[in-house]
Amino acid sequence: MHFQGKANKVGDHIDTDAIIPARCLVTTDPFELGQNCMAGLETDWIKRVSPGDLMVAGKNFGCGSSREHAPIAILGAGIPAVIAHSFARIFYRNGFNMGLVLLELGEKVEQISDGDRLEVKALEGEIFNHSTGATIHSLPVPEFMAEILARGGLINYVREKVG
Amino acid sequence: MGKNLAEKILQRYCSEEIKKPGQIVPCRVSLVLANDITAPLAIDSFRKMGATKVFDTAKIALVCDHFTPNKDIASAEQVKKVRLFAREMGIVHYFEGGNSGVEHALLPELGLVGPGDVVIGADSHTCTYGGLGAFATGMGSTDIAAAMALGETWFKVPETIRVNIHGDLGRYTTAKDLILNLIGRIKVDGALYKAIEFSGPILERLDTEARMTMANMAIEAGGKAGLFPSDQITVEYCREHGRKEADLLKSDDDAAYALNLDMDVSGMAPQVACPHLPDNVHSVEDLEEIRVDQVVLGSCTNGRISDLREAAQIIRNNKVDQNVRFIVIPATPGIYSQALEEGLLEIFMRAGAVIGPPTCGPCLGGHMGILAAGEKCLATTNRNFKGRMGSLESEVYLGSPYVAAATAVAGRIIHPERL
Ligand code: SF4
Repeated sequence: MHFQGKANKVGDHIDTDAIIPARCLVTTDPFELGQNCMAGLETDWIKRVSPGDLMVAGKNFGCGSSREHAPIAILGAGIPAVIAHSFARIFYRNGFNMGLVLLELGEKVEQISDGDRLEVKALEGEIFNHSTGATIHSLPVPEFMAEILARGGLINYVREKVG
Repeated sequence: MGKNLAEKILQRYCSEEIKKPGQIVPCRVSLVLANDITAPLAIDSFRKMGATKVFDTAKIALVCDHFTPNKDIASAEQVKKVRLFAREMGIVHYFEGGNSGVEHALLPELGLVGPGDVVIGADSHTCTYGGLGAFATGMGSTDIAAAMALGETWFKVPETIRVNIHGDLGRYTTAKDLILNLIGRIKVDGALYKAIEFSGPILERLDTEARMTMANMAIEAGGKAGLFPSDQITVEYCREHGRKEADLLKSDDDAAYALNLDMDVSGMAPQVACPHLPDNVHSVEDLEEIRVDQVVLGSCTNGRISDLREAAQIIRNNKVDQNVRFIVIPATPGIYSQALEEGLLEIFMRAGAVIGPPTCGPCLGGHMGILAAGEKCLATTNRNFKGRMGSLESEVYLGSPYVAAATAVAGRIIHPERL
């Protein structure tokens, strides 16, 4: 749970239609969804992302529909973690279930600018901003969520129960 | 300390004692729902989990409503996948074609949800059933897959905002206007992670359909659930819709709330949410002249028979403006045939409307009413995010059936009174 990458900043209230528009929901393929990641925000947004990059967002990221295609599209775009002021509830659950790391920073998200180079220790909730030299701490990941992440997502978690 | 409505309902399905908000608890569920967009992913997850059968074939509802009647090959393949899964698992409540409609209008109509239920659905507007006194909330497909296999899920017990609504409703002021006004006040993240409990004297004036319209949009304030107590009005609705048992449920007098809000609705004019967020709410009177290209009457928010009746009152003896496409979509086959019987569809058609089959259709920009760049639409739906109904350069305004009908006639957004 250790990532390094460039910050791609987006604004407040980024909704699931922005992350992956409904017209793209005729597939469940991560790569295809990834190609359209953020297509509802800006055409060809994906072109500015390199695999391993991180997304940094404002308030209420992922509001709107329950489509799990949203975290899948982000993962499919090669982005392993989203750092935000706050997350919408359903998206928060979906992210962890899919193995997308989500870190909540509150106002401290302002300490990251677009293009900053970040180093993230997810389970410790620690973000080192190489561009500014600052270390930022996120709100702790709830224990239950950390457990799901540690198993690589909800599917593995349930598999143990079903089996 | 007493329990609020959310805590009370969850406790019915949870073996651990619910003590306070923030507690994470395992919980059984009374119904699990998915649709043609979210079920295919849930099915993938279900298989990857190694599950081979669902926990109860009568407690899962699969509703193909979003891109149906299938709009293209890809959506047809998705529905086919859901159909085959439903057959293989012996799922009782599978809907497609002539028995299908917008899920959140369909399930209450069939008596599949009721007061005191805990319902989870792979659709954010699952919160609609709070209008019947159910704790109902949206989740993603994999959470739904887990519940299809195990019959249980987990919840973080939410904090609750209680809204006390009172005052006199104006002639054209409806449940839609009340919820839009509330979202305008508390904003799109005002109820993040929280439940909204509706209370106050206004409840007596709201029938179950109106309550569902309000609970439906709790998610537009970030809410986990929108809850109404169940009363005689609820019991009556359940009886009419073939559900024998319906408990009366309300919060305890000494229950705790994160916030108590007071809303006096006297003198409130119809409300409109302007682009591009549902909290950009204005009184219809304050809007400058806004011409529209399209009006949509339908969806899980306002596609029920009472909504069609209200719109028809305005449309009767009027013509749709020649520059407007007025699209009417009864939310379920039941509503469709009722509207046919009452002559409502004829009223709409004579006025120049297009009537679609029960589907989500344009609500999510799926099909049957997509907007081009620069076009504006007034819709009775629940979301006006950028690009929600088509082009990223189109605009969606949200309003009630009365406002929608008046707008279709006038060609611009207008107070029904001024028609
Ligand atoms: S009518 Fe619209 S909001 Fe309701 S379930 Fe369908 S797409 Fe979602």
